[in-house]
Amino acid sequence: MAIEINPVPSVQLSKVADSEKHGENSPYFAGWKAYDEDPYNEMTNPSGVIQMGLAENQVSFDMLEDYLEKHPEASIWGKGAPGFKENALFQDYHGLLSFRKAMASFMEQIRGGRARFDPERVVLTAGATAANELLTFILADPGDALLVPTPYYPGFDRDLRWRTGVRIVPIHCNSSNNFQITPQALEAAYENAESMNLRVRGVLITNPSNPLGATVQRAVLEEILGFVTRKNIHLISDEIYSGSVFSSSEFVSVAEILESRDYKECERVHIVYSLSKDLGLPGFRVGTIYSYNDKVVTTARRMSSFTLISSQTQHLLASMLSNKEFTSRYIETNRARLKKRYDMIIQGLKRAGIKCLRGNAGLFCWMNLSPLLQKPDREGELDLWKTMLHELKLNISPGSSCHCSEPGWFRVCFANMSEQTLEVALARIHNYMDQRKR
Amino acid sequence: MPYQLLSKIATSDRHGENSPYFDGWKAYDKNPFHPTLNPDGVIQMGLAENQLCFDLVEEWVRKNPEASICTSDGVPKFKDVAIFQDYHGLPEFRQAVAKLMERARGGKVKYDPDRVVMSGGATGANETIMFCLADPGDAFLVPSPYYPAFARDLRWRTGVEMIPVHCKSSNNFQITIEAMEAAYEKAQQGPNPSNIKGLIITNPSNPLGTTLDRETLKGLVRFVCEKNIHLVCDEIYSATVFKPPHLVSVSEVMEEVGGCNRDLIHVVYSLSKDMGLPGLRVGIIYSYNDAVVSCARKMSSFGLVSSQTQHLLASMLSDEEFIGQFIRESSKRLAKRHTLFTKGLAQMGISCLDSNAGLFFWMDLRPLLKEQTFEAEMQLWRVIINDVKLNVSPGSSFCCTEPGFFRVCFADMDDHTVEVALNRIRAFVLREEQCVHNKNQAGTTLKKRRNWQNNVNLRLSFSSRGYDESIQSPHKMSPHSPIPQSPLVQAKT
Repeated sequence: MAIEINPVPSVQLSKVADSEKHGENSPYFAGWKAYDEDPYNEMTNPSGVIQMGLAENQVSFDMLEDYLEKHPEASIWGKGAPGFKENALFQDYHGLLSFRKAMASFMEQIRGGRARFDPERVVLTAGATAANELLTFILADPGDALLVPTPYYPGFDRDLRWRTGVRIVPIHCNSSNNFQITPQALEAAYENAESMNLRVRGVLITNPSNPLGATVQRAVLEEILGFVTRKNIHLISDEIYSGSVFSSSEFVSVAEILESRDYKECERVHIVYSLSKDLGLPGFRVGTIYSYNDKVVTTARRMSSFTLISSQTQHLLASMLSNKEFTSRYIETNRARLKKRYDMIIQGLKRAGIKCLRGNAGLFCWMNLSPLLQKPDREGELDLWKTMLHELKLNISPGSSCHCSEPGWFRVCFANMSEQTLEVALARIHNYMDQRKR
Repeated sequence: MPYQLLSKIATSDRHGENSPYFDGWKAYDKNPFHPTLNPDGVIQMGLAENQLCFDLVEEWVRKNPEASICTSDGVPKFKDVAIFQDYHGLPEFRQAVAKLMERARGGKVKYDPDRVVMSGGATGANETIMFCLADPGDAFLVPSPYYPAFARDLRWRTGVEMIPVHCKSSNNFQITIEAMEAAYEKAQQGPNPSNIKGLIITNPSNPLGTTLDRETLKGLVRFVCEKNIHLVCDEIYSATVFKPPHLVSVSEVMEEVGGCNRDLIHVVYSLSKDMGLPGLRVGIIYSYNDAVVSCARKMSSFGLVSSQTQHLLASMLSDEEFIGQFIRESSKRLAKRHTLFTKGLAQMGISCLDSNAGLFFWMDLRPLLKEQTFEAEMQLWRVIINDVKLNVSPGSSFCCTEPGFFRVCFADMDDHTVEVALNRIRAFVLREEQCVHNKNQAGTTLKKRRNWQNNVNLRLSFSSRGYDESIQSPHKMSPHSPIPQSPLVQAKT
């Protein structure tokens, strides 16, 4: 994704257009430029920049391709073009029922059947990017605040704030307890917002967490649910990495907790999901909002008019995801492959003398380079990041771009490359660490 | 959960669906026409869809299996396409869209693929352009009658206001620069002057089906340049022109207006109407303003076109032979349908606005109104839905200031259904004449009838236009549903 240099406008645009809240001037994106200019290629450019800043899942494409080859009916655009006309005309914002059913069923499978999802509550959007923005428009007014635990996905700065005018107030987490959300941190964030005269409308968590690569524990989820209930605010649970948990038993979705309590206070809870990470299909723009609140479902559905999923894509995925034999095999295999990658990178880093947060999910690990900092502050972290980028030629994401309150942590993606490339990256880190010792 | 725990936007009515005008869609949903299974059902004539050329697209799809990443021919490309989420879009897709836009304008304009920005349908494009150009509380001038869903697309989440510039039947609803100037001046007056940021026009027009003449378009370009405000041209019906005059696009006219500030000019496009592919959600913003291109592109993250769809369309739209054939054939078929309807209606004494584009025509039923009021229009409309069993769209839902006009879509049905529809209208008109005759005494009746016929004859030179989407039942609102404004809401402007 190339970064654009904003030209000076001759006629005034809107305040939203002029603001920096699209967030692209963050170092999170600056590394991309270096990568774009000098991308690693095993054959043609073995000394190029290895992209480790992109949370993509490329480990399971073969299964998808295999499915398609065996199931020509998945495409209405193939030889027979059956049902083409109906599909091409279909623009109902409810979305294809078959697709909603397939999504609901897929979400149930990912949670091991521990939570049920009603297809009538599935609202479709073009990506989780749109889902998060849409929910923010519905739950908060301009100037209001959402509480978000740090470190968090840098894109939230744009998705939650840019066009909505809503503020993010951080819930500070730190390494002393593996960056878990504590009741104290929740209260502190709420009070912080109040002291700034901001009305808090909700808490947004990512479970499993990006960038931590770890699931939120049941006890913490229950705390958070208690907190939002006491404050009478909303809870958004972004669960887009739920299918990327290495071991199924370790993921607890807020949906499970609600179900176990007979859905008490469920109307304040909304789940965001997407196929960009678990299925590795970010190009298809498939996002969904699952809300237990009827009014939110209705309003979100209306708003989804601005961001519907292509009917062509809905049809393909409806076919694929309603094949339960395929999906259960996919989920299991994908998990195993991600775990293998994770183990590989953790061991490799350990051998180089680098520790990571103990993770159990996601497409990245949360690496601790604080011992290497010249200065134990943000500047020191950015200096180290530049070294990683320009000397080691590895594009990794500095914790400061994720609003981490402790300097020295980095998010390192491992699922968007081949195993060989990962070996090369680990070798570069190893060499660097060796040199440092000397 | 208490109601106030949602945002003002969520609890506002600006999504437009709470309108009293849902009867038409409800009636259709409950009792949809089917030639064999339900021949007495309601015929849908309120949906501006282009269904006349699917056979051509289907044939292309069958012949080009490699364009789909799901077929064995195409699956080698699957991975690369599936991971592609760059908001610039596939270069070949942008090139193909630029080419299509050029073809639709008869090759008179060149489009730069680097200015092609994606959005979630034209619905997304119109909203995004507002986010780029205006702040909450700012206003855009909008000639009426206009597509009802503008009320949602331009206003709902953006907080932007619309100032209608009413066009009149006295000059065939044409936009005049005088009216535009007057509306602009008026908006600056009073205790709460509006901050007008621009003007949005639809060319070809929905619901009128007419194209703007060159002089007026030049005048509008001059107007916005003088006031230093933006001009957004929604040209989503550009390839539905079926008879002369050909479309004069703002891109063409820009070159002819001396000192035109290109930074003020923006085009909205889509494949939903011209190509009949609304399900694919292909909206395009084409701006001559670099900062707007840059901003809109970043915002397109909220509504990108599926890469699977981009890939397919890149292939289809760059097939020059196919596109040429499609545009020609589509125009031919639209012309045929249009003539079938308008001539048929003329024979019954019903006139329509002379039109040359679109998927609908603007029908004049003023002679059938009991009185020239919107209440009477609604009454007539209910009769048309419930008795004649046609879902057409009342002019008030397009903010037309004169009661009695209806938008009728003609491109979303087969030939047989067209006949049925015409027969029903014929029967209805005859019944109405009979009714009028029976109610009055000899003298007054005859005079009334003659007047009505005379009025009609004067308008026989008008032709009719295509379909449109107007009212949908709440549970099935499509993104292109025009949301009608109740007369009460409209009355305040």
